[in-house]
Amino acid sequence: MYCIINGETIHLPAHVRTVAQLLHHFHIHKKIAIVEINMHIVPKEDYEHTAIADGDRIEIVHFVGGG
Amino acid sequence: MNRYSRQQLFAPIGEKGQQCIRKKHVLIIGAGALGAANAETLVRAGVGKVTIVDRDYVEWSNLQRQQLYTEDDAAKQLPKAIAAFAHLQAINHDVVVEPIVADADARVLDRLVARGRPDVIIDSTDNFDVRMIINDVSQKYDVPWIYGACVGSYGLSYVIIPNETPCLRCLLEEVPLGIATCDIAGIISPAVHMVVAHQTAEALKICIHAPVNRKLVSFDIWHGQYRMIDVQKLKKDDCPSCGKTRTYPALQYENETKFAVLCGRETVQIRPAQRREREWTALISFLQQKGIQVVQNDYLCSFTVDGRRFVVFSDGRVFIHGTNDIQEAKKLYYQYLG
Ligand SMILES: [Zn+2]
Repeated sequence: MYCIINGETIHLPAHVRTVAQLLHHFHIHKKIAIVEINMHIVPKEDYEHTAIADGDRIEIVHFVGGG
Repeated sequence: MNRYSRQQLFAPIGEKGQQCIRKKHVLIIGAGALGAANAETLVRAGVGKVTIVDRDYVEWSNLQRQQLYTEDDAAKQLPKAIAAFAHLQAINHDVVVEPIVADADARVLDRLVARGRPDVIIDSTDNFDVRMIINDVSQKYDVPWIYGACVGSYGLSYVIIPNETPCLRCLLEEVPLGIATCDIAGIISPAVHMVVAHQTAEALKICIHAPVNRKLVSFDIWHGQYRMIDVQKLKKDDCPSCGKTRTYPALQYENETKFAVLCGRETVQIRPAQRREREWTALISFLQQKGIQVVQNDYLCSFTVDGRRFVVFSDGRVFIHGTNDIQEAKKLYYQYLG
């Protein structure tokens, strides 16, 4: 399926169906990520069972520590 | 001519706002790239007082982005807080600048905020251990703080107003281990300035009691990305930092990251508060890209940088071999392991 991730249309392989799998796909640790789907923020405890669908607009923000 | 005339002409501030700014006290934690730029902007803007805390000294590798410092500071290896103080006073003698050469641990920060009662705290640190301490001190004394961080060309900023917005712990739950640092992934000055532009704009708003931007801002200045996310729904009633029953975990000694010299071994051991898995895949691939050899098994990985051998255990502990100096080990630990 195709999703718009951080403003770019990106093709996702078939096995990526949930937010948790999406983060894993991009090698982002779930503890340091904030995920918004179609303008709705997803609480961390819901990552495993929140499904993503074709055409979803997804924003992923990850925390960094530098300065 | 009034030195603040252009700022006063800006309608949301005005003459009244400027008078307000002149009475405010800003506490800046860290005098590296973010700290130097935050301090310079706010001192030029004419805040009443700036307190700046840092444990480090100026080095040549700082000069590319840490805008307050000069080659002379690096040659003399001046403490950053002291070098910053001299430059800031030369820029604007109207502002009281208080330099503090210290490691911003829980005890130091608690005392600084309790005694100094700043109007806002600006995060210019390079690690999450200190940010969690700032987060708890902010809640304990009801002082807003502004998170800011950057690596490479990427950065973020977020304002925490106690009793109103979710705190950093609501957003993060625990201190992440093993994420990219500037000493691994590099950093460009424009990313620093983008973060500082957001932090100082929000700090000025706090100074004049104007509404702040409550969204989490993130950007990649190189790839032209910019986004804002509304995170207000992430506020947790049971958050130990900002919830109904608070324990301020980062202010408890048992929750500090511990540094200890292992006697007779020229080694410092670092032990994070909770035993937990360390995410090291990203670190290892960065090191390998730089041609640094990494030895790895199921329990640990080890590598040598800056002439010091690091052994990183999967339970979170780290050994730094070749030093008995805790301050040096601390610096290396946060430089390479976040
Ligand atoms: Zn909280």
